[in-house]
Amino acid sequence: MTLSHIQTLLHAELLSEHGTQGLDIKYAKASDLMSDVLAFSKPYSERDTVLITGLTNKQVVRTCEIAGVAVIIFVRGKYPTEETVKLAEQCDIPLLTTKMKMFEACGILYTNGVHSASPNNDE
Amino acid sequence: MMNKSDAQSDVLFQQEFKIRGGDFVNAGESSCKIRNTLREIGIDSDIIRRIAIAAYEAEMNVVMYAESGVMSINVYREEILLTIDDKGPGIEDIDLAMQPGYSTATEEMREMGFGAGMGLPNMKKNADKFRITSEVGRGTRLEIRIILNGKHD
Repeated sequence: MTLSHIQTLLHAELLSEHGTQGLDIKYAKASDLMSDVLAFSKPYSERDTVLITGLTNKQVVRTCEIAGVAVIIFVRGKYPTEETVKLAEQCDIPLLTTKMKMFEACGILYTNGVHSASPNNDE
Repeated sequence: MMNKSDAQSDVLFQQEFKIRGGDFVNAGESSCKIRNTLREIGIDSDIIRRIAIAAYEAEMNVVMYAESGVMSINVYREEILLTIDDKGPGIEDIDLAMQPGYSTATEEMREMGFGAGMGLPNMKKNADKFRITSEVGRGTRLEIRIILNGKHD
């Protein structure tokens, strides 16, 4: 799934455009716990996973960089700080924000064919 | 402190990072630098990911709980050794701290998305060898080894 398709499905606003090219999203994980995100990490080369989260601090971007998450979607209409956006631009991680709640965003992506990211031990 | 296996093989690459306790703004920067450096020297990307995750969890622990710490990455022919030494409160009951879900994090740390009690278990899971020693009132030392060319379970 392309980023613009996700944007349309979730009525989302794109906040950082760096790294948007050539993305094909297949997996998603939803969490406000950064250790959970790290436990579900992906190979860096694949760039096919999004994180759906309500956290907007800089650590979310760092966590995604370490965990190999390609895109971050903020839910419940949250906007990240300028610092967070800057770091995301540096790391080539596009940021989206949607007014939807986490459950809705997950449901819509799931019914449109995005799978649940599995823990790295089960890959 | 060098142990026997380190002394036997040559260090191909070594780098050290100072970590400040309570510095949430820069937390994670050293781990990202380690990740980028290992990429530059051509380490396998799955191994980089495991090292980076372990380093990041360890770095966050220093930021959250300790006064200061030093993280060191050592690349040998056969393995990568990551050590984290901190000056801090130490861990009274290591077995308890290793249990998934056990955490002494404050509300503030949890609001940032940390302190889920998965840090040490995540580090252990990504390591081939994991060693933790701690002295209450002084600090904690972590040794995380990842074997190169080996297969991780």
